[in-house]
Amino acid sequence: MKNKRIWGVLWLMGFAYGFAQDNDSQKVDHDVELELEAEYRYFFDAARFDGQEEHYPALSFRPEYSASWDKGYQSINFQGFLRLDRDDERTHWDIRELYYQRAKGNWEVSLGLRKVYWGVIESNHLVDIINQTDAVETFDGEEKLGQPMVQFSWITGSFGTFDFFYLPYHRKRTFAGREGRLRFGTVIDQDDLGYESGAEEWRQDVAVRWKHYFGIFDIGLSHFHGNGREPLFTFEPDGTINSFYPVIDQTGLELQVTHDAFLWKLESIYRSARAQDFFALAAGLEYTFSNIDGNGLDIGVLGEYLYDERDQLALTALQNDVFLGSRIAFNDTADTAVLIGGISDLKSSSKIFSLEASRRFGSTWTAEVEARIFGSIGENELILSNFRDDSFLRISISKFF
Amino acid sequence: MFTLILNHLKMKTSILTMAAFLAINLMAAQTAEQRGLEIAKAAEEADLGFGSSMVQLQMILKNKNGQTSERSMTTRTLELTEDGDKSLIAFNSPKDVKGTATLTYTHKVGSDDQWLYLPSIKRVKRISSNNKSGPFVGSEFAYEDLSSQEVEKYNYKFLEEKGDLLVVEQDPVDPKSGYTRRLVTYNKVKGYRIEKVEFYDRKNALLKTLTYSDYKLYKDKFWRAATFNMVNHQSNKETLLKFSEYNFGIDLSEEDFSQVALQRAGN
Repeated sequence: MKNKRIWGVLWLMGFAYGFAQDNDSQKVDHDVELELEAEYRYFFDAARFDGQEEHYPALSFRPEYSASWDKGYQSINFQGFLRLDRDDERTHWDIRELYYQRAKGNWEVSLGLRKVYWGVIESNHLVDIINQTDAVETFDGEEKLGQPMVQFSWITGSFGTFDFFYLPYHRKRTFAGREGRLRFGTVIDQDDLGYESGAEEWRQDVAVRWKHYFGIFDIGLSHFHGNGREPLFTFEPDGTINSFYPVIDQTGLELQVTHDAFLWKLESIYRSARAQDFFALAAGLEYTFSNIDGNGLDIGVLGEYLYDERDQLALTALQNDVFLGSRIAFNDTADTAVLIGGISDLKSSSKIFSLEASRRFGSTWTAEVEARIFGSIGENELILSNFRDDSFLRISISKFF
Repeated sequence: MFTLILNHLKMKTSILTMAAFLAINLMAAQTAEQRGLEIAKAAEEADLGFGSSMVQLQMILKNKNGQTSERSMTTRTLELTEDGDKSLIAFNSPKDVKGTATLTYTHKVGSDDQWLYLPSIKRVKRISSNNKSGPFVGSEFAYEDLSSQEVEKYNYKFLEEKGDLLVVEQDPVDPKSGYTRRLVTYNKVKGYRIEKVEFYDRKNALLKTLTYSDYKLYKDKFWRAATFNMVNHQSNKETLLKFSEYNFGIDLSEEDFSQVALQRAGN
């Protein structure tokens, strides 16, 4: 299976390069970057499951290369990723991006592995579906695996932008291994999860999105048809658990109203599959008190409500929760920023507190601190109960070359 | 009308004299405002027709101890006459923020529309343009100092003429501005280019002085300064902007200022 994946990547790369050769010799800008990160995660509580550790030193490498020509209207972009960790499953590599892009007039086409983000809400990302989550990387699910695609964007003046996606290959979600934290009692091997579709990962999927803005309103409407990014767990009467990637149809809505210092946000999805239909919604607001001290200090307050009709079965465990948070930006030369927040379940006692802080040192170093604290997690929480001893502190230092 | 008032002045009636003084003062004030507006319009007029431009920009931030840090970015601007200009700024350094980009649609009246692109998660976020007075990336330039200077955004008052230099007081219309007024020095023989701006804070104390230098004439019509130096008199910090050669021949269109283009600029 791994060979197939690599073959797919090489095929796309060759295709992209062939395209690139079409062009008359013009000035090409090359850009090479590398981020080297040292990370240390410390879990405060003794392990809940066999094999888990408390201290996790890790390293990651993020090389980037881009070549652009034709005044920047054509480019080849690459972003790689390699993680080395105590957990064998978190030790992994990926091609986050490797694509050829061409823009001309009111259209743009991209061919290869890419990352695409949809959505407006901060504490949960319902609408965002193009890329698979690299779940072993971060708890917030914002790290994504590169997705093979052909993307065509059509920009119209009065009717907004239309994006069409052809997605020829499905990536499976990563899960922590036996030595890893933030996992279920049973170790899930990503390769054990099958597909509803007979074509398995080679099912040819499609998606479309319309994005526009009218004055203070930004709106997005999208539809995805294909292999779901979230695996589905079904429970048979005899007690066996089936887990697989279902074929889904998902319609998404994004809405943001930007009025003075207020951002009003709404995200909603309806997902249907043979085994499960559900509705989910997230709504909230963000208000920023800017330049409070006359020296650039911005303090933003965020409040969001999260609903998921799947209730206990929602993999994010955000089925009826409230998120409250604050974003503090110092706007200093070191770009010091802090994000603190808490998610509280409205029905049970479960709470998750989080802190993320970052700043730059000199011009090529950055440091980050992240903490996630699981508080009073109810025993009846199907998903979260597995993580109740997984509160952690993460410190990382990055050097940019 | 002026001679009429002078004639009246010749009369010995004190009440009339007083009224006449008032009239002169009122008229002089009106003239100063009109002349101020005229100068601002003349400056706008002189810069009409540049179409679009692209320029590389280096920003050097100096703190009060003289320690420096640098940023570099690419700025693209599209001239629009019906409404305000559109601009796209993409960061090239520091490396940890490389690819971060902003897209701004300036409006002559009302708040600007602004989007931010975050390259690490590929997210485009509409942001509030409410924060006018806050510093742009830790520099001594506030957001409002860098946004497109539309005539409609200020009230004007001509102050004085010193040779070729004209000093005009500009009061921001927007109550969210960090300034009570700005004193702008125009050079009337050089296409009304701006030589200096002095910024007065909300307490009407001198806050910053911006000096433009190393001017160069492009396409026989457009004056562009290669160096902007902003000095904050209250914090003793300083920010230097260095522009490389302006490219006016790039011929950008509306599509180059779309959200699709914003993401492309961040690659």
